[in-house]
Amino acid sequence: MGLPKQLLMGNEAIALGAVEAGVNIATAYPGTPSSEVLGTLATKAKEYGFYAEWSVNEKVAMEIAGGAAYAGAKALVAMKQVGLNVAADPLMSLAYLGVQGALVVVVADDPGPHSSQTEQDTRTFAKFAKLPVFDPATPEEARAMTVAAFELSHRHGMAVFLRPTTRVCHACAGVELGELRPGKVQTAPGFQKDPRWVIFPRLSYQRHQWLEQQRELLSEEFSAAPWNFVLPGGRLGIVTSGVSYLYVREAVAQSGVDATILKIGTPYPLPERKIREFLDRVDAVLVVEELDPVLEEGIKQVAFAAGRVLPIYGKRTGHLPYAGEYNVGMVLQALQRVSQGDDAVQLESAPAAELPELPVRPPVLCAGCPHRASFYAAKQATKGLDAVFSGDIGCYTLGNAPPLSMLDTCLCMGAGITVASGLQLAEPGRTHLAFIGDSTFFHTGVPGLLNAVYNRIPMKLIILDNSTTAMTGHQPHPGIGKTAMGEAVQPISIEDLVRGCGVEFVRKADPFNLKDAVAAIKEAIAFAGPAVVIMERPCIALFKKTSVYAVDEDKCINCGRCLRELGCPAMAKAEKPQIHATCYGCGLCAQVCPVGAIGEVAL
Amino acid sequence: MSGFSIIIAGVGGQGTVLASRVLAQAAVAQGLAARTAENIGMAQREGSVQSHVRIGQPDFGPLIPAGGADLMLAFEPAEAVRSLGILKPGGVALVNTAAIHPVTVTLGKSRYDEAEMRRFLQEKAPGVKFVPGTELAVEAGNIKTVNVVMLGAAAGLGILPFGPEVLLETLLAMIPAKVLDVNKRAFELGMGAAGV
Repeated sequence: MGLPKQLLMGNEAIALGAVEAGVNIATAYPGTPSSEVLGTLATKAKEYGFYAEWSVNEKVAMEIAGGAAYAGAKALVAMKQVGLNVAADPLMSLAYLGVQGALVVVVADDPGPHSSQTEQDTRTFAKFAKLPVFDPATPEEARAMTVAAFELSHRHGMAVFLRPTTRVCHACAGVELGELRPGKVQTAPGFQKDPRWVIFPRLSYQRHQWLEQQRELLSEEFSAAPWNFVLPGGRLGIVTSGVSYLYVREAVAQSGVDATILKIGTPYPLPERKIREFLDRVDAVLVVEELDPVLEEGIKQVAFAAGRVLPIYGKRTGHLPYAGEYNVGMVLQALQRVSQGDDAVQLESAPAAELPELPVRPPVLCAGCPHRASFYAAKQATKGLDAVFSGDIGCYTLGNAPPLSMLDTCLCMGAGITVASGLQLAEPGRTHLAFIGDSTFFHTGVPGLLNAVYNRIPMKLIILDNSTTAMTGHQPHPGIGKTAMGEAVQPISIEDLVRGCGVEFVRKADPFNLKDAVAAIKEAIAFAGPAVVIMERPCIALFKKTSVYAVDEDKCINCGRCLRELGCPAMAKAEKPQIHATCYGCGLCAQVCPVGAIGEVAL
Repeated sequence: MSGFSIIIAGVGGQGTVLASRVLAQAAVAQGLAARTAENIGMAQREGSVQSHVRIGQPDFGPLIPAGGADLMLAFEPAEAVRSLGILKPGGVALVNTAAIHPVTVTLGKSRYDEAEMRRFLQEKAPGVKFVPGTELAVEAGNIKTVNVVMLGAAAGLGILPFGPEVLLETLLAMIPAKVLDVNKRAFELGMGAAGV
């Protein structure tokens, strides 16, 4: 008997599934939509006796989890899909070497994308790495697959992927948990010295063969596994995986189409025997899967090898899109086209009610956000310079929006510094400024800065130190002085780290002191070599506000400068500019006002 | 399959996530299946946000299809208009009257016609009910309790698959002890506003 159902977010269900499986070591770097996996594990670690950490980046997290698994630990590492790119180097080699304990690699994909740079598909990555992957449709299934992934990883001695998507990670459902098991960090049998842990070309050749044998073995095992099942029906077949399975169920119920559904829970290796049996039941197949046509191509290969010729509809035939998230309506339309023919279906979706003109409402920097002040200071300091601003990944990516418009490039974690370096080399006469957050600086900013110093590239760097990893939910990092498990540790000084990289010009500034912040950036620009300004102010989520600001309507000359230049969401236009209750008291507007009409008022 | 679907629309920071969790938790506590889908991450910060809550339909996904919601809780009028396509024809919409003007409007880059939003909602959603949610939240003692006022208003309609006392009890079990009173007041004020 399980415990009563609890309402859990998919990421919480994965974390608790790992505790059920007896996880010993868990590591991660935060990234939407994956962050709550380690966030939840960190809150359970002390109670259940295992270890959890926020690692400095995904490569570090992967290697630590891998090393622990060499010694027999049940390890979990979590990240978002682009984090896997950072961790790809150790992962590809770990795939060859295998593990002794267990290694479950949780990688959250983000169809849409809602909060990511790419729509890359981790099922494709799993195929590339030749590692098995579980693809859950719901939080319930994510929990069950997590438990199964640990077991599979241990039994086969190989790393195993779990690939939830946003609509699993950030969906809640009633989940029935098994018993949570106290794990301990140290596990038997411990690390055994053996040449198998030292990757050399000869070993790689052998392990490559082993990986291909595993593919065949696992394909057969998965054909009999509960993760791949058929809901019997008519001669139209639907193959689906992940959350799309639920859209298929709803579209089939709504349309009344009589279809046989094959739900795939292990997109690699595909359960080939199961697919052949399914193909025997149907005359045509519609494949419904978000992102890459992993199932679609796999089904075609299995059908071809089995000598079956039948129409297979999906992305390649234009029935469903490659990009973006799916929904019931899209599946319904594809289903109608397949079951009734293209002519029977009105392809234009029913005209939605004519909506009135709606205000555009993009996400913006919060009222009182120190990044707004830092960007504004950089804008003032570079007036007339035709400077280029290279940004990075974090809340401060929102500095791109008008009226700040302080982001000319954004590529990936850590790339602000290095892209600015490349631009600087190609345009020696121009001012190139990079922005990076504190957590991102620790993540992958340091090598780029070292490189700029070593190669004497005179780009300028502004580190936006808000004492947290804000965008993903305020995880600690090495500069905070606290670990994931809540232990106090010596914080690592960003200033010392920057000086340790050999940077000669280092200034700290308070972005809420506009004059000083502008002066520091101007000095950095005037300096001959690479130069760094560290803007220090905590994120507003870290403290209670102590004051707000108000406009003195008698003094205000209604020039509109405060509204026009800052884009603060606490300010609105009325007869004269107004400051709402959401003001957090940063005081930037008061420093921008040319007539001193904005002042601090007590709460 | 019968079920009950609720679309919650608002602006990042208004507490749509807590509202959907409370509704789903209340359903699970009653032994009903529940699924939610939420915006977490970049869209939170003053952007348009939606939460989906589906009760009693375990085989369907967390996203409510177009025209599939029995009830809309809109914490902001323009966001009600933006998400109206998800409401069933004949579905009930509870809309907070207080508009939040985005920065794009302040900068003159887009327009917000409050009267037009109201007119449109009244015309396209005859079941619409306007709730002075923000005013009631201030009256309860904290402007941040708009989400709880709207939950109270939803409970007051008497169409949820569970009673108001279940929803209130669930809410109070999910929030810190020091804000129990203000949230209880907000919930009750909301109930009163919808019960007319």
